[in-house]
Amino acid sequence: MTLLPRVIVAAAAVVLLGGAVAFGTTQYIAFRSAQDAPSSVDTAEFDTTGDSPRILFRNTAPGAGYGYVAAVALDDPAGPRAVSPVTCDRVDAAANTQMCLTIDRGVVTTFTATLYDAHWQPVQTWPLPGVPSRTRFSDDGRYVAFSAFITGESYATVGFSISTRIAALDGRDAAEETVDLEDFALTVAGAPVTSVDRNFWGVTFTPDDNIFYATAASNGQTWLVRGDLAARTLVAVRGNAECPFLSPDGTRIAYKTRPAGSAAGDWAVAVLDLSTNVETVLPGSRSVDDQVEWLDNSTLLFGLPRTDSPGDSDIWSVEADGQAQPRLFIEHAWSPSVVRP
Amino acid sequence: MYISFADRARSKDEPPGRGKNAKRVSSVVVSLGVVSLLTDISSESVAAILPLYLTGVLGLSTIAYGFIDGIYQGISAIVRIGGGWLADRTDQPKWVAFGGYGISALARVWLLFASGFASVVGVVAVDRLGKGIRTAPRDAMITASSDPSILGRSFGVHRMLDTIGAAVGPLLAFLILLMIPTGYSTVFVLSAACALLGVLVLGVLVPGRIRRSGAAAAGEEVARPRFRWRNLADPRLRRVLIVAGVFGVCTVGDGFIYLVLQSNTDFAAAWFPLLYVGTNAVFLILAVPLGRLADRFGRARIFVLGHVALLFAYLCALAPIAGVLQTAVCLLLLGAFYAATDGVLAALAAGVAPAGGTASGLAAAQTIVAVARFLASTVFGVLWFAFGPVLALAAFSLALALAVPTGLVLLRSSAEERER
Repeated sequence: MTLLPRVIVAAAAVVLLGGAVAFGTTQYIAFRSAQDAPSSVDTAEFDTTGDSPRILFRNTAPGAGYGYVAAVALDDPAGPRAVSPVTCDRVDAAANTQMCLTIDRGVVTTFTATLYDAHWQPVQTWPLPGVPSRTRFSDDGRYVAFSAFITGESYATVGFSISTRIAALDGRDAAEETVDLEDFALTVAGAPVTSVDRNFWGVTFTPDDNIFYATAASNGQTWLVRGDLAARTLVAVRGNAECPFLSPDGTRIAYKTRPAGSAAGDWAVAVLDLSTNVETVLPGSRSVDDQVEWLDNSTLLFGLPRTDSPGDSDIWSVEADGQAQPRLFIEHAWSPSVVRP
Repeated sequence: MYISFADRARSKDEPPGRGKNAKRVSSVVVSLGVVSLLTDISSESVAAILPLYLTGVLGLSTIAYGFIDGIYQGISAIVRIGGGWLADRTDQPKWVAFGGYGISALARVWLLFASGFASVVGVVAVDRLGKGIRTAPRDAMITASSDPSILGRSFGVHRMLDTIGAAVGPLLAFLILLMIPTGYSTVFVLSAACALLGVLVLGVLVPGRIRRSGAAAAGEEVARPRFRWRNLADPRLRRVLIVAGVFGVCTVGDGFIYLVLQSNTDFAAAWFPLLYVGTNAVFLILAVPLGRLADRFGRARIFVLGHVALLFAYLCALAPIAGVLQTAVCLLLLGAFYAATDGVLAALAAGVAPAGGTASGLAAAQTIVAVARFLASTVFGVLWFAFGPVLALAAFSLALALAVPTGLVLLRSSAEERER
């Protein structure tokens, strides 16, 4: 072997790997300077907890406070935000209790669900098998459900790709052990579904804590299912519906649905009237992949990632009657949770 | 890179006809190992952060990611046979492998400009297409450049380097995201750089005509018969393929073992996303020693013993010993299983493949294993749901316990034929 090939490889190694390091360095410097800069949005000093109606969310505004839970007053969503001391990738809150799903970054990256009290003191933690997905409390804060993708293995083909658990938090049902939806019996059109690729996620509780709605999936199909916590059953209500969320008055369910003829990974928001069983698909030009939140009985909130900057997103609002296009609601925010103490 | 240069420098200084005791792993094997190392850093760094990227940046749920993962497996298995056949047919394994690595590197460069679900699916599919094409010709090159008596060790060295890449890739990626939380583009740039460098090392440093050092190379070239499919019906190869298939249908994906451990112990639950790193670490440490053992005591024996380790891994996961110890022992056994079977099966199949049909023989063995394991995972999933993880794993333990003596008997007759 002559010298030339080795020189070529060595030179290429310097150019390619050196280029990658140089690129990473500029990215790092850009990130640090953005991080050290004051937040790009107005922040304010007020309590993120307490008795005032508010919207809690993950703050994605570049600069100080990126990734932290923040809150705005319910009657002034575009106003200044108060930033809490806690980082979250997915957050939900009920009166006096808050749930936070996090990616614990590190050379070894892990994932955790942490329950906080009203003053952001950790109460309990659960390890998650992968990237956080959804979390929702019941209205009274006695139950919390959380979903995470199972993302550990790089090669393995595992039938389950999402894990959803429900924890009873206080009262006589309080228990160390969480309930796994994998252990529930699923029926679609009266027939049990026992295939291995069953997946469940996106729980929403009804005012009666024992009954909840969620998403079930198997063999490429999804269903809106009605769950019974005590009986450990899930019954399909209708097809093509994911990440349901019940309206505050309990009359309608909002969810994401795949419009006919759309590609995989393309969703629109729809609202189902539970008394008439009429579905209204809401307008909107961009695909929505979120568990929508009800701002009140007529308006929905959901997050959309910003296409121009990775890791940033906005919260949008849309009228539940389908009569208007979505509007930008809170900039640089993700995972909204409306808290009405 | 330094590994490659250091090894080359040493082997150059040695006389070509060296003694039997001083057999060295060919520099071609080390170069191919470095190519795999770089390529695995490239692919595993992206694979590790892909779920975060899809959910965090593209805002997609991982249900769609599961769909991508399915594409991964399917394409690779189908194309592998084609890659092996083409390498044998053209007698140009280097350039077939080069095509495979090149396609994957192009996919990595494409990822720099890709956005959206469809693009990512396309990139992943093209990457796996490349992986399918290159595997068998590369293993055929390892075979051609190695002294048959140290083939197990040669594959061990290659698999060690390969697995180092698979372990380093995710760590580098997570380190980048730790320093730059939104630094996905940095990971993609690093991935593309490593992929391109890997292709270059293959193209420039690996010779197109592979000659085994010390062997009567010229005579071998002339005697090389034209490849025919029916060569693969050779009874010795057929027995290896049957045994690989029988073991394959008893092999539960390690993801399932991790799930069992996770449900058993808090430790495994907390570290669930990283359990595969533990398995990989054991794999890379044991790959060379077990390859050496395979050369000395018989590849068939070590291959079967590897499945005994797998059997004990099942039993360990079933055992009522919760805690750190159980997880550690299970990962150790799983790592030993991969170290004793992955490279060793390649050495075993290459050793009995007909002349001129090495790549096809290897491709056949690897495809059979991939398909059999896919089947096993499907069946295991059904059993898991119907009877729970404990009974499902117990059933597979029983099946594997029956497969071990079967494999021993079938492969022993194969080994005897080879030694005649």
